[in-house]
Amino acid sequence: MSDTAPSDKHVTEETLTLDAGEMRCESAPASEQADPMCARAPVGLLAELTHRCPLQCPYCSNPLELEKVNTELSTEEWKKVMREAGQLGILQVHLSGGEPTIRRDLEEIVKAASEAGLYTNLITAAVLLKRDRLEKLQQCGLDHVQISFQDVDTAAANADRIAGYEGGSAKKKEVAGWVRELGMPLTVNAPIHRHNIHNVEAMIDYAVALGAGRIEVAHVQYYAWALKNRASLMPTREAFMEAARIVERKREELKGVIVIDAVVPDYYAKFPKPCMGGWGKGIINVTPSGKVLPCHAAESITHLEFDNVRDKPLGEIWLYGSAFQKYRGTSWMKEPCRSCARREIDYGGCRCQAFALTGDAANTDPACSLSPLHAEWAKVAEVESHLSPPAFIYRRPGGATPKPAAEKKPVTSDA
Amino acid sequence: MSQPAPRQRTVISAASKPAMPPHIKMRHDAGRDRWIILAPERVFDPDEIAVEVLKLCDGARTVGDIADHLAKEYNAPREDIEADIITMLQDLADKGVVKA
Repeated sequence: MSDTAPSDKHVTEETLTLDAGEMRCESAPASEQADPMCARAPVGLLAELTHRCPLQCPYCSNPLELEKVNTELSTEEWKKVMREAGQLGILQVHLSGGEPTIRRDLEEIVKAASEAGLYTNLITAAVLLKRDRLEKLQQCGLDHVQISFQDVDTAAANADRIAGYEGGSAKKKEVAGWVRELGMPLTVNAPIHRHNIHNVEAMIDYAVALGAGRIEVAHVQYYAWALKNRASLMPTREAFMEAARIVERKREELKGVIVIDAVVPDYYAKFPKPCMGGWGKGIINVTPSGKVLPCHAAESITHLEFDNVRDKPLGEIWLYGSAFQKYRGTSWMKEPCRSCARREIDYGGCRCQAFALTGDAANTDPACSLSPLHAEWAKVAEVESHLSPPAFIYRRPGGATPKPAAEKKPVTSDA
Repeated sequence: MSQPAPRQRTVISAASKPAMPPHIKMRHDAGRDRWIILAPERVFDPDEIAVEVLKLCDGARTVGDIADHLAKEYNAPREDIEADIITMLQDLADKGVVKA
């Protein structure tokens, strides 16, 4: 989990860590003079500009049904979203995908976001970026770049096998160098699973060598493509515990050099994770086609209906949209959540996981020890992580059904 | 690409000349009537004193200068103020919000 403790008496900290399956936002209370609309507004916007991506990572947090290019919002529509986000009181925008740099109008979208007062964060696989384009994006107001790395540079073949993209590892390293040369802040996002968990320490050192100010040691969250590939990706409890010890030690060693954020897999956590830091509380997500979701996995809850930015203003959707109202706050809860002392700490866990495993999104997430399904659920990780891992089901349009597709470019593992 | 040299922790002392790097943005959040510091995937919530101190962190003034200034302005013990500022800025330096 990310650190969220008050840093000292003069400055408190809110984290907005966006990750494969986990987004958190701890909002500070607003003062009484605040605009009541803004006081309730999200602080973070996750803008999935496209679902197109050159990489095929088997833990992708995009839905199994990827949205098609001909449904994507236009440049003008995205610019309108950015303006509305600024007016609503949103502070940061995470430009994500898919791969956001596939959009040729990314510069215009960044510019609109920056002009709207948003802090702009590009979440990229980096393999399509050229140096002059990065420079243009910087001129348009891009504040921060986050690049995903699948493994360290000395294990490039393993990294490229995981991403299903030959040469990706070397290209990412080159782009990370440009980010630093241009004086932009860099975050390394390291999705961690069975195929690279042995390299957690090396990944942190690699991030330091790349000049990153921050690394996300992001244990894969088992939804969407990652759930499909759970048996391939789940590390053992022992490997997870070792990785957690390494993170703690490195945090101390590298204090003031790099910020290490860690996201743990809830299969091995003590308590369920707070779904989105509270449903409809701090984060809003817009899909490539303009659907507005309380969380990027929310479409897996099949009875929810989502408004579209093409039809209504973002603020109206956030405040009154049925999908946001449905699980906002605590009044929707059933027992054991309703009377639980932790109900406003973890919000009963993840609604999508509760729906997928119990058929009712208002039930307690099986990640919680109070769920009747907890023991059965927790055993899955234990069993699967000790079996030999099946082949990846790579993330690609139509790839989730009906049978696992072969690797596009087979690369031998050196892991 | 050449590997950047391993970096060092910034240690704040009375002689440090702190400043916020360009990618750290402190601004007023009108809708919520508060000051905020925007950083990569972080929002910091500074109180009035922190805002006052950070406005003085221009990379030219030392921590000692800032303490002098605030001691006069608030008519408060200078040593207490300096110690308080060093603690606050060290914490922010460790989070990448302040360089010196």
